[in-house]
Amino acid sequence: MRRYLLKRFAQAIGVLWAAYTLSFVILDLLPGDPVSAMAGAGSDQAPIDPEQIARLQHQYGFDQPVPLQYLDYLGHALRGDFGTSVSTGRPVTDLLAEALPSTLALTGSGLLLGTLVGGSLAMVATWTRLRWLRQFLLSLPPLAVSMPIFWIGLMLVEVFSFQLELLPAFGNDGLRGLVLPAVALSIPVGAIVAQILAKSLLTALDQPYVETARAKGAGRVRIHLRHALRNASLPALTIVGVLAGQAMANSVVIETVFSRNGLGRVTAAAVTVQDLPLVQGVVVFGSLVFVTANLLVDLIYPLLDPRIVVAS
Amino acid sequence: MTPKATALAALFTAGTLLLSACTSDSDASQGGSGGTLTFAVGSDAGCVDPQQVGSNDTIYSVRQLVDSLTDQDPQTGKIVPWLAEKWDVSPDSTTFTFHLRKGVTFSDGTPLTAQVVKDNFEAVPNLGALAVLAQGYLAGVKDITAVDAQTVKIAFAQPNAQFLQATATHSLGILSDASVKKTPEQRCSDGVVGSGPFVLAKYVPNQSITLTKRTGYDWGSSLWKKDGEAYLDTVVFKIVPESGVRTGSLQSGQVDAIGAVGKADEAALKAAGVQLITRANPGVVFQLGLNNSRPVLKDLKVRQAILAAVDRQQIVDTVYPSGTQPATSILSHTTPGYTKQPALAYDPAKAKSLLDAAGWRAGSDGIRVKNGARLTLHVTWFANAATNQPALELVQQQLKAVGIDVTLKQAQIAQIVQIQKGGNFDALWGNVTRADPDILRTQFSTKLLNAYRIPEGPLQTVLAQQAAAADPAKRRPLVDQAQKLIVDNAYVVPVVELETELGVASKVQDLNFEASSRIQLHDTRLR
Repeated sequence: MRRYLLKRFAQAIGVLWAAYTLSFVILDLLPGDPVSAMAGAGSDQAPIDPEQIARLQHQYGFDQPVPLQYLDYLGHALRGDFGTSVSTGRPVTDLLAEALPSTLALTGSGLLLGTLVGGSLAMVATWTRLRWLRQFLLSLPPLAVSMPIFWIGLMLVEVFSFQLELLPAFGNDGLRGLVLPAVALSIPVGAIVAQILAKSLLTALDQPYVETARAKGAGRVRIHLRHALRNASLPALTIVGVLAGQAMANSVVIETVFSRNGLGRVTAAAVTVQDLPLVQGVVVFGSLVFVTANLLVDLIYPLLDPRIVVAS
Repeated sequence: MTPKATALAALFTAGTLLLSACTSDSDASQGGSGGTLTFAVGSDAGCVDPQQVGSNDTIYSVRQLVDSLTDQDPQTGKIVPWLAEKWDVSPDSTTFTFHLRKGVTFSDGTPLTAQVVKDNFEAVPNLGALAVLAQGYLAGVKDITAVDAQTVKIAFAQPNAQFLQATATHSLGILSDASVKKTPEQRCSDGVVGSGPFVLAKYVPNQSITLTKRTGYDWGSSLWKKDGEAYLDTVVFKIVPESGVRTGSLQSGQVDAIGAVGKADEAALKAAGVQLITRANPGVVFQLGLNNSRPVLKDLKVRQAILAAVDRQQIVDTVYPSGTQPATSILSHTTPGYTKQPALAYDPAKAKSLLDAAGWRAGSDGIRVKNGARLTLHVTWFANAATNQPALELVQQQLKAVGIDVTLKQAQIAQIVQIQKGGNFDALWGNVTRADPDILRTQFSTKLLNAYRIPEGPLQTVLAQQAAAADPAKRRPLVDQAQKLIVDNAYVVPVVELETELGVASKVQDLNFEASSRIQLHDTRLR
């Protein structure tokens, strides 16, 4: 068990470092620099004094050789210091600490809602004996997966905010503001969970142990919940770890559509003006959430199937 | 339906209703005599210091926090008193002396003094990359003196006629002593204290900027209709990045006004009874900034051919919001000193004969060729306005019709300095907002950046002379001449004026543009 855990932790740290380095390289390959980006980021092109720009580039250290900048950032990051955001002049950790709760609430509720709805859909579809209902339910996930997330978001706003005037179209204010974005975010999550779970449930229901259980006189509900679901939930659980990462990525779009503050909005703004320290901070935090979700999944595995620890 | 299916459907319906029931205590209506104005804008600059921000979406709110030394009449362009009761400009336009109004206080209770103004302007060069506007206005400042408590003198090394108008902008709005002493970063995030008609109540990054009325305000600009305090009690600027959501929010009454209305949304808003308020931005119009050092573009005839081949009216009608005007000079018609330039006429026949005369003959595919080289132009543009790409695609078609091949090259806004400095472009698409004709010197002087590689010539003398002319009557003919020289020489190709278009609910009255086509909310009220 200890070796299993150590290995998983080492992998998690490797992922964090790779994400950090990759984002640095990508930003470095982008043409331009943060100071020019900010100077030109207004509604039109203000007259820019090149000397002034050069002075500021020096002040922020962008005139240093790239490897040196990388080591400098990394060294600070290891000590938990992500530096100062170039575009706002505020400590990156402060900006992230402000944005993170809202994004966690959004992605958390989206994942939860998606897993519950998707899971229930798979359960009902595989349990029912009504052919038409099963086919109808199983046709929903592919449809949901094919809808772009921003379109889902805009439709929800149009119907529930502009037409029915039930919920606010924008803002972070409380639970009411969370409903529509969480529903939007849950749709792709639920679709994938439903597809994977339904497929593995159907496979599990064909297994000999189900026959055995049935022969011993177990009821349909008991077989479905106790025997089939336990075995079928492993693949679905694996995918939830991946979906957590996808939900973080989708939050960029969802937070923009619903005008919510959060990591997604911070990321979008930071990339636009090439705010290097901020992007680096966002990447590490985003990866951290992703890695933690997957680590949790890895830790739950042995509880569901003790063979996993032995095998590793 | 089978009983099971009915039960499921019922369950689903009940769930949906439950969800909506716990969330339906919807919008409380506004009360009180002053009321609250909610204004949705698309972006947040991440900073609430008027001296630092240059993005319209944020200027709308922070402009209300500060007063300026002077104000500018949007109709006439004339500079009028605000915090300064009067001023003297030295005959050579190097020294500006402002006599401050008595009894003005900042919202923290401290008084406005000459020393505060001096400290404000002296701190500007140390602000960051966000403050390029303010830094540009004060470039070349030699010495700032507080002559007495109410008199401040600003001296420049060079003649600098633009400075008087600069004192009317939000960028040189006056902050309290305590705010000036803060670091640029603190000013951005914590906000600033000004003497304006509104006070910053709350700033939530990427969410909202809330302003409340300054009680006891009594030193408004001489241009304002109402004396004393503002009408509105509260103004809330909501940051709503998605334009469809902004439009829908205004239509459904969730907000009272929105910025940056696009052509596509006009019809829906009009149908919903929304007022569309428009004004052309003063300054340099959207133009193809030609690189005059390129061998092909060194030829005056080629440049003039491009000028004549662009059908400005067609671009305006196809791409831009209604009310937008085609460029009729290098300056837009709302800029003080603007004069119409007859040379800016669409004349494809003239364009073709100019190209013929320059030795460019139509090749097999219609594109002109000279000495084996094709007449190709790379136009570089930035994605800082949604209209850029469609406008340039039309320009591309129009120039193709006279035999010029145009390729469009999108660049990142982060590259702008390198591109302007490095000169690696044939033409650069852009505009600049500024309510003073000195913007021509900033853009076209060979002594400054000179992004368009304009050669030495009579234009340079005129630009320098207008910067030194303190007397508007003497400055005016020089500005006329500068516009004429730029257009007649086709150093750049003016195309279309930038129009600012706001959507405002019918219950909102007197939401007015100031001279720089940003807004002034002191006189605004709700019906």
